[in-house]
Formats: sequence, C-alpha cells, structure tokens
Amino acid sequence: MSKKHILYQGAEAEICLSEYMGFKVVKKRRLKKTYRLRYIDSYLISSRTKEEAKLMIDARRSGVSVPVIYDVDLRDGVITMEYIDGKRVKDILNSLSEKERKTLCREIGVNIARLHNNDIIHGDITTSNMILMDDRVHFIDFGLGEKNHEIEAKGVDLHVLMEAIESTHSKYSDCFEYVLEGYKKELEGDADLVVKKIKEIVKRGRYR
Amino acid sequence: MICLGVEGTAHTIGVGIVKDSSDKCRVLSNVMKIYQPEHGGIHPREAANHHALYVADLIKEAIEKAGVNSSDIDLVSFSQGPGLGPCLRTAATAARALALTLNKPILGVNHCVAHLEVGRGTIEDCNDPVLLYTSGANTQVIAFAEGRYRVFGETLDIGIGNCLDKFGRTVGIDFPCGPKIEKLAMKGEKYLALPYTIKGMDVAFSGLLTMAEQYYRKGEKIEDICFSMQETAFAALTEVTERAMAHTEKNEVLLGGGVAANKRLRNMVRIMAEERDASFFVPSKDLCIDNGAMIAWLGVLMYKSGIRMKIEETFIDQRFRTDMVDVTWRE
Repeated sequence: MSKKHILYQGAEAEICLSEYMGFKVVKKRRLKKTYRLRYIDSYLISSRTKEEAKLMIDARRSGVSVPVIYDVDLRDGVITMEYIDGKRVKDILNSLSEKERKTLCREIGVNIARLHNNDIIHGDITTSNMILMDDRVHFIDFGLGEKNHEIEAKGVDLHVLMEAIESTHSKYSDCFEYVLEGYKKELEGDADLVVKKIKEIVKRGRYR
Repeated sequence: MICLGVEGTAHTIGVGIVKDSSDKCRVLSNVMKIYQPEHGGIHPREAANHHALYVADLIKEAIEKAGVNSSDIDLVSFSQGPGLGPCLRTAATAARALALTLNKPILGVNHCVAHLEVGRGTIEDCNDPVLLYTSGANTQVIAFAEGRYRVFGETLDIGIGNCLDKFGRTVGIDFPCGPKIEKLAMKGEKYLALPYTIKGMDVAFSGLLTMAEQYYRKGEKIEDICFSMQETAFAALTEVTERAMAHTEKNEVLLGGGVAANKRLRNMVRIMAEERDASFFVPSKDLCIDNGAMIAWLGVLMYKSGIRMKIEETFIDQRFRTDMVDVTWRE
C-alpha cells in the first residue's frame, strides 16, 4: 500500500497523495479539532464530508471541472478523489500578463455562474481553491458549500472571492470585474440582481 | 519618545502614556473609566457625556502615574475611529486641546490597528500575528499583507460581544454580560444545537442569537444555553482564525478586544495554535480591552515612520476601516 504523503495541510483537512485501484488519487481527510466539543466536531466532520461529496458530483453535472470522486467515508471524514496535477490560481495570478489574467478571470466567472445556475454555492471561492490544469480551471474544496437558490447566497459566494482578491491580489483588484464579466455572460437568471446584492453585502459589513 | 494616547470609541474613555525603548512599547500608565448604562445598551450621547466628565482627570492621573511632567510628552494621539460619533468627538476634542496647550504634535489613529500593534509592541516574540479581535462591536480576523492590515474574516452581522450582550438583555443579565455568561456557561452540561455559521472566513451570529433566545423561551436551563452559545460561537471564531492563519501562512495568533478576556475562548485558540505548532499570544487584560496605551503606541509607530497631521486633519471617522490605514511603519 502507499505510504502517507501529505500534499497540503489546510486548516480543516489534510490532503494526501495516495493510490486507489491503480489511480493516482487525493484523499481529503477532515481533521478532528480538539478545541471544540466532540459533538460539534463529529457533526461538522460528517455533515461537511457528505455535503462536499454531493456538491462535487452536482458541480460536475453542471459542466464545471472538479475532481472525480472514488470513495466517501463519512465516519472518518475522508473523500477519495482524482488528483488534479496543476497550479493553484493563487500562485500564478499575480505573475500573468494583463491579457491572460483577464481571460482566466472571465473563465472563473463563467464557471461560478454554471455552479449558481444549478444553485450550487461553493462557500469558499478563493484563488487557493482553484487549480489550473490542461488550460481549465478546476474547483476544489466544496467543504463549506451548500445548495441554495437565493440571490443572497450567490452574492455572499461572490463576495468571498472579492475579499480574497482584495487581500491576496490587491494590486490586481480589477480581476474581480473580469470575473463578473464572465459571470454575467453565463448566468441564466438576472446577474445584475446578484451584483446589486454584492454591493449590499459590502455595505452591510462594518464601517462601509 | 513619550506619547499620550486618548481612547474613546465606545464605552471606555482611557488615557495611556507609553515610551518606546528599542522598538518595543513600555507602558508608563494606562487609566480608564467605563460607562455603564443603567438600562439597555449604550446610548452614544450619554457615553460621550460620561467621557467629557472624566477625560481631564484621567489625563492628569495618567501623567502622575507615569511619573513624567506634561512637558516630557512628545506626542498626543487619539482614537480617530471606528466608533460612536459623540464618543469619538469627545476624545478627539480632549486630545486636540491637550496637544495645542502643550504645543506638541497630534495624530489620529485607527482603533482596530491599535489593538494589533499593542500586542506586537508589548509581547516578546510577537512579530507577525493573525489577530482575532473580538469585542462588543467588532469581530475581525486581521493580518498584515501587502502593506496593510487586511481583514481576512469578520462578522457579517453583529459582533460576538454584542451577540452575548443582546442575549443577556433578553434574559435579564446586566451589561457587560460576557463575564456573567462565562460564569453561567461553566455550570452548563447539556449541549443545545445552535447554528454554526461560517461563510469563507466570515462568521455570523444573529441566527445563533435568535435560536438561543428561543431556547430560553422554551424553558431550557440558562446555564446550558450559555454553555452552548460559547461552545458554538467560539468554535466558529477559532475555526475562521485558523483558516486565516493557513491562508496567510502565518504561525502566530494574537487575541485582542474585550471578549479575549473569556477563558474558554482563550483556551480554544490556544489549543488550535498548539496543534498547528503556532505561537499564541494575549496581551495583559488592560491592554486587551479598549485603552489609551494602545492608542499612544500606535501614535509612536506612525510618528516615527514620518506621518504628521495638521489639527484640521484630525477629524474623526466613524467608519474608519482597518484596511484603510497605510502601514508605513512595517516592511
């Protein structure tokens, strides 16, 4: 059997490279947090694992690139999935040319719209959670996602990305405008309602 | 250099005097008075009247306790925002009057940034922390990135302290409710499920508050509700702090704000830090709550990095955001 090879240790889970029936796979294991009550902890781990797997399958059906799921273990909070061998958008965005950045951000927006067309809320759309492989953006970590048709949820979803861009790619804050361009193009409903909602959410934050 | 800082964003009017010694902050004095409303929450005008009543005496007391002469003060700073308008104006007016009388420079500083800087300034080894800043009004996860203190996560609705205070008012606990809720929570045994709301690195508490109030009306034991509120809300805060640490790749965590006095919150964040091999820091209690010393220390940092303000630039800003401050004193 393969030995444990940690690819990434996140706040919530560890991502290990492993093998599953001859495929190179990633195992995402949610970590037990001893700072919180055991009841809260096991509830969060099993419900988030289940929700994440469901959302990933839904996302794939919506035409968004996500890793293929091979196995789900609710008790230990492990999802076994396809290994995406690419580069994190967070690491490459600042070094792209203006034109490449624009294309990539629009592509990101198109994909978010596809998710939202199917009421899939990612819940943590940051540039750390997008991997570029074979010229396609792959979305990972649906761990905080949910199914929700409300404009509020879609607005909050995009607002998370806006904040991530402002904090991590502050020199390129126009990126979010490009994301919105792609989003508006692809969204089936009225995208302006969502954009309006984002502005409302920004104002709702403290001291805006 | 010696700086006198005046804090007055909300309940507290505080005056602190600090001196810089080899880039660390030495607190010479730190005195304050806290406005206690007779009923309900804070009334901005009454709080401001309270501040106006005490600020002059506090300045005198701070100077006496620091063992300096008023002529030794090189700089006056004050909390420019964010906060309640009347309170901010009272503190600013006192600071301006003092600076003009002493004929010394004056600087307005950001209250939230001051909470972070006082940790860095007074704690050995605290250099580049992620700050979990939890008070009545504010709940933010702040860290330094690309020249500014950026807010990586914050409450989408009410501050955690406000959540606890509002619950306290519903069940008849006097302000400030946090310490009393903490005591009650220690006797809680049964966990009552409450909404655990995290969106990205942001949190929200209004759902938790509503449900906690419903439990109270249904006759659940107050101790159990307090216990459940703390366990749920603090776990969510600890989780977003950890997420911010992972995201920014920082391995120090600092607590600040009044709710940082809560032992359960401290304990949760400490455990989280230990499990990540990160350092955990909390300033002493009187530097955690709103205080003048932290305002003074941020004044020193800003002044030494070359920032100057004319009197007419010292207007207050109720909505002074953390990430509006150009951090010229850090690399």
